[in-house]
Amino acid sequence: MSHPLLAAAATTSTARSLTIVLFIIFVLITLGITVWASRQTRNATDFYAGGRSFSGFQNGMAIGGDYMSAASFLGIAGIIALSGYDGFLYSIGFLVAWLVALLLVAELMRNSGKYTMADVLAFRLSQRPVRTAAAVSTITVSIFYLLAQMVGAGALVALLLGIKPGQTFLGMSAGTAKVATIIFVGVLMIVYVVVGGMKGTTYVQIVKAFLLMCGAILMTLLVLAAFRFNLSGLLGSAAEKSGKGAAFLEPGLKYGKEVAGNAKETFYNKMDLLSLGIALVLGTAGLPHILTRFYTVPDGRAARKSVLWAIGLIGVFYLMTLALGFGSAALVGGKAITAQDKAGNTAAPQLAQALGEKYLGGSGGGAVMLAVIAAVAFATILAVVAGLTLASSSSLSHDFYANVIKRGQASERQEIRVARVSAFAIGAVSIVLAIFAQSLNVAFLVALAFAVAASGNLPAILYSLFWRRFTTAGATAAIYGGLVSAVVLVFFSPVVSGTPTAMFPHHDWHWFPLSNPGIISIPIGFLCGWLGTVLSRERADEAKYAEMEVRSLTGAGAH
Amino acid sequence: MSTETPVPPADPSAAPSRRAVADADAYLAVERSPEFAELRRALRGFVFPMTVAFFVWYALYVILSAYARGFMSVKIVGHINVALVFGLLQFVSTFLIAWLYARYAGRRLDPLAERLRARVEGERG
Repeated sequence: MSHPLLAAAATTSTARSLTIVLFIIFVLITLGITVWASRQTRNATDFYAGGRSFSGFQNGMAIGGDYMSAASFLGIAGIIALSGYDGFLYSIGFLVAWLVALLLVAELMRNSGKYTMADVLAFRLSQRPVRTAAAVSTITVSIFYLLAQMVGAGALVALLLGIKPGQTFLGMSAGTAKVATIIFVGVLMIVYVVVGGMKGTTYVQIVKAFLLMCGAILMTLLVLAAFRFNLSGLLGSAAEKSGKGAAFLEPGLKYGKEVAGNAKETFYNKMDLLSLGIALVLGTAGLPHILTRFYTVPDGRAARKSVLWAIGLIGVFYLMTLALGFGSAALVGGKAITAQDKAGNTAAPQLAQALGEKYLGGSGGGAVMLAVIAAVAFATILAVVAGLTLASSSSLSHDFYANVIKRGQASERQEIRVARVSAFAIGAVSIVLAIFAQSLNVAFLVALAFAVAASGNLPAILYSLFWRRFTTAGATAAIYGGLVSAVVLVFFSPVVSGTPTAMFPHHDWHWFPLSNPGIISIPIGFLCGWLGTVLSRERADEAKYAEMEVRSLTGAGAH
Repeated sequence: MSTETPVPPADPSAAPSRRAVADADAYLAVERSPEFAELRRALRGFVFPMTVAFFVWYALYVILSAYARGFMSVKIVGHINVALVFGLLQFVSTFLIAWLYARYAGRRLDPLAERLRARVEGERG
């Protein structure tokens, strides 16, 4: 190493080429699986539900792959690295949420549905209105989530490959490279879904979950080893390096901030924290791409097993976010992280580089570790967007086309063809929207997707499974009421306008003080479902409810 | 699965076949049987209280994070404070509830469900 600057430049380009090579290997392997899966995909059950041939363990891995998004791998590690303890709230909410799915939703839903969330609602209610409502909500939630992931992917790839404004990459400027990344990610996700259907997408999730777990375990062990497996030592070092002292290890640096002398502001901040906490825990069991995963196993018992595996996997992963986050704070430092990315999204890759330098020796070792973790992050993004595209295209085809437009008279071949066209269309729309939204701050869309899922979908599902009197009017009221209230409140909230970090920082039309609508919109969703039911003259269909209850609890006649 | 039978597309406007009427009667009969009431009670008796319990426990954690900062910042050992331990306990409780439910479902719910399922499928032919 004759010249430190030259060495650093060489390291970046080594890491960059290695990342690209590893990523290409991942893409080739997953494309191979996708083509293989397409040969196994013959009927609608294969396309929508992977032939229901997956085991509880396989589906548990796939759920982990669908759920552990870049927002949790990079986002939570970044929040902990910069704001300390507060990032842990996400980890906890995202995990505890799985108890709702385990205890109340997974098995009953698997036993009474076929391909989509709406199947459960349509079992005993009027097909067309509830399927329309469910399709609208599924597509809205999925597009919000997709958009956040794809815009994130563009920014992330630029950062991970080290393309800074003014530099070029393969002859492209940073801006062009971002757009190219969004298109590349979008096209790949369309290919996975259109060609591989649920079978292909599930294997992509499994491979990704495996890689992500390996990467996270490796980094966690190295971080802990650096502190001789002394957790207190790691925390102390992180707190000291952050410059915030003990406060770094306590709640309150990011969420529920106390503003001295401003009681109103403090009150709103704390309400916002509670609102976020509720949406995180109730949103998961209403996310369409998670719900459709329960249909890939043969019966309710396998659905239970898959959620148990998922809880184990996801729990271990979120525990490791502590080591990753505090490890980045201690070994990389907040200054170095914010220099790369203000939101802290590059904390985990930067930590990988630091660990590689420490354990594999020199900048070469750092480059190797950085490349590996960056490739894992790409794989993570790709798998999640594929899951979202599949869930929304299934709903568009099975709910809207086959049952609303064709009134259940579409053939399987027609339905699969429409599902493939829908995946293509939804993918294309997301690519275009993501390109337009890339300069906007859209990180709030993930929280909004959780809020809509908790406010609209969850009440409809729970009422439908457990409340005999529940009616069509109740279901549509819950879904539209929850969806509209969450979206409207966020539109008039400080994350969309009126603050420097808002989506539109130079305009101000906000009047709702909270960034997270859940604390208001979730009760509205449940209330609408109840009111819609008690106010309508419609009588619940006793025989249909009996059939659904028996089937959902015993698994009789499940298909 | 071997029990997987092709099901014709649901069509509410079509006149119900004799088979469908027989099926509906079979389901109604099972739903009104004491054995099914027992299964329903066993399921709801576990999942409803457990849901309330974990939700209250989680809400307590979030509320303390918002309003009891002094308590959460008390150090227990070295740099490990109440907030961290409380957070880790949420993981412990989640794993514990998942394990308890798996055990309960395997011992109590599955045998009941299996018997009723055999009966429904026997009656449906």
